Amino acid sequence: MIRSTVSTLAMTALLAMPALAQEVWVSNERDNTISIIDVPSMEVVDTIKVGARPRGIMFSHDHKVAYLCASDDSTIQVIDVTTREILHNLPSGENPETFALHPDNRHIYISNEDDNITSVLDVVDRRIVAQIPVGVEPEGKAINRAGTIAITTSETTNMAHWIDTETFEIFQNSLVGSRPRHAEFTSDDKRLFVSAEIGGGLHVFDTETYQELAEIRFEIPDVHPHDVQPVGFKLTEDMSRVYVALGPANRIAVVDAETYEVLGYHLVGRRVWHMAMSDDETKLFTTNGVSGDVTIIDLERQEPVKTVKVGRFPWGAAYRPADS
Amino acid sequence: MTHTLPIIPALVANFAASTALASIDVPIAYLEMEIARPPVLSNLDPIPDDLGRMGAALGLADNTTTGGFMGHNYVLTDMVVPLGDDWLEAARDVLAGHRIVVVNAPADALLALADLPEAAGALIFNASAESDTLREGDCRANMLHTMPGYAMRADALMQFLVSKRWTDLVMITGQHPADMEFADALRESATKFGARIRAEREWDMSSDMRRNIGQEFPVFTQDFPSHHVMLVADEAGDFGPFLEFNAWEPRPVAGSAGARPDAWSDRVEAYGAAQLQLRFKRLADRPMGVVDYAAWAAVRSVGEAVTRLNTNDATAIRDYILGDAFELAAFKGAAITYRDWNGQMRQPIPVATRTALVAMPPLPGFLHQVSTLDTLGRDRAETACNAFN
Repeated sequence: MIRSTVSTLAMTALLAMPALAQEVWVSNERDNTISIIDVPSMEVVDTIKVGARPRGIMFSHDHKVAYLCASDDSTIQVIDVTTREILHNLPSGENPETFALHPDNRHIYISNEDDNITSVLDVVDRRIVAQIPVGVEPEGKAINRAGTIAITTSETTNMAHWIDTETFEIFQNSLVGSRPRHAEFTSDDKRLFVSAEIGGGLHVFDTETYQELAEIRFEIPDVHPHDVQPVGFKLTEDMSRVYVALGPANRIAVVDAETYEVLGYHLVGRRVWHMAMSDDETKLFTTNGVSGDVTIIDLERQEPVKTVKVGRFPWGAAYRPADS
Repeated sequence: MTHTLPIIPALVANFAASTALASIDVPIAYLEMEIARPPVLSNLDPIPDDLGRMGAALGLADNTTTGGFMGHNYVLTDMVVPLGDDWLEAARDVLAGHRIVVVNAPADALLALADLPEAAGALIFNASAESDTLREGDCRANMLHTMPGYAMRADALMQFLVSKRWTDLVMITGQHPADMEFADALRESATKFGARIRAEREWDMSSDMRRNIGQEFPVFTQDFPSHHVMLVADEAGDFGPFLEFNAWEPRPVAGSAGARPDAWSDRVEAYGAAQLQLRFKRLADRPMGVVDYAAWAAVRSVGEAVTRLNTNDATAIRDYILGDAFELAAFKGAAITYRDWNGQMRQPIPVATRTALVAMPPLPGFLHQVSTLDTLGRDRAETACNAFN
């Protein structure tokens, strides 16, 4: 959901001079902290105290602030990226779990997991502008680049709800496998991917016909199918790859996002949840909930290169590019 | 009450259509038999009057939210048959209006209900009775079990003990039929997993309680052979909770007390369970109990089948639940399915103390050629059930 806005020019500048930031921020669900990993050194350089049960984390599109779901405090915290101080708390509805930021950089769509509600927050006016009834245990959130469609997945209702961002109304529901956790649009907005944790598949939908194009399945030698539980995933900007966290299978699947063929698996830490990708798409950072660490995968060499200890039960991760 | 609808393509249900078109009604009954419970040493933990009923109510709430998007209208009717009232007459009444019934009643009452002529073609969920005979020789084709049997619970505990290499055991049993059945299951399970019960003793409550528990239990357990763990089969929770720290040897207690295997524990929080626990607590103002979980799972199983099938036909729902396509996310880490040879719901079994989760069997290393969940309880090859053939 964190989109790179780095231009080619900026990329050149980045390569020419030492990076200023280039960080990955990791929310630690049972430590009430954010661990900040410095990307070049691959080390935790700072730990910020935040609200209770931090889960969803992302940066604003201009990377000036970080947004954090402090679930048990029922608020969205806004954190200054340079001072690393909490600027203020925003209304979120009850128990926000995760969210997505509209391309307008102003509206955040929030999953209120205990209330079967998607709340829409205006970060400028600092108020909730809409509350949309959705299925039981709303979780995954995605907004297309055009900003016209917001997706909420409901874990117990087993649906992806398609929400019109003009009317704030659901206009379509797509049934998927059990416990849908995460959703993302391809960069051309033409396809929607939805992971089903208990169902074990990654569903792909056409965004014009709402028909299911494919369900990607995973079979890992010596891993029981029960343990193959797709949770977070990331699509590359060129739509060639999707990297899928497989939960207690302790692996990241590498999938061809065009042919839907599973190309391979990377062994990471225990119960891998979510991930962040560097803006140049050379590194992937996975949050391993049970082992309390982050695995850094070098995507050029296609191999894990380092495991970094963070706080207890790391949940979400967000990448902050060097030029921000 | 039933509308025949064209089947909406199962993968894409149109929200507008669901609000505009006729909906499908899905009536579910929850039927409970009030029972006389034996007295126990401590009354600090009364059994809630609405145990089970609130689980079904939460299942209904979950189904209703989903049904709102699908045009499926779930209705739950609950009924408790008071002590002394005619159970079968009440059952007939309920079956006259409902083809799907979730039952919270002892094994014999449940079986009598399932054998009523009115129950033919109905779908009955056993949400409370743990007798293994209901899954074996006394199984019925119209009866599914969301509650695990004693054998499943015993196997879960034994997997945990064996994985810890705590294989030398002793056992104390109570005198109620449930204690005997659970003790039988523990014996069978010890043999199955290679543990041994070195000695057994029956607590008959005729001991000199004037000397109090702290003096009575050390003497009672003094001449047990050396052991890693003391098993207790005391399903009513009469004396078992007092064994720990009062036995002669300082050994952990497991079984009906101490580390207890059950379909559910309010200590389960991983795999999204924290949300289920919270939803339940908001609804019932108390923690979710085992029968609540089993009743919830029954109502949710129906909901999952109706969502995928777009029908309220009990036979179609039953067949779908028993089929390969069915799976239910049930907050214990693995998808819930049903054994097609006896209607038992496959499920992980948490082993928990009053304060924390200890383990969630099936545990790594206990392998199975089809499903590791089938390492818990009698497997297909061993079953005495032939009503599902």
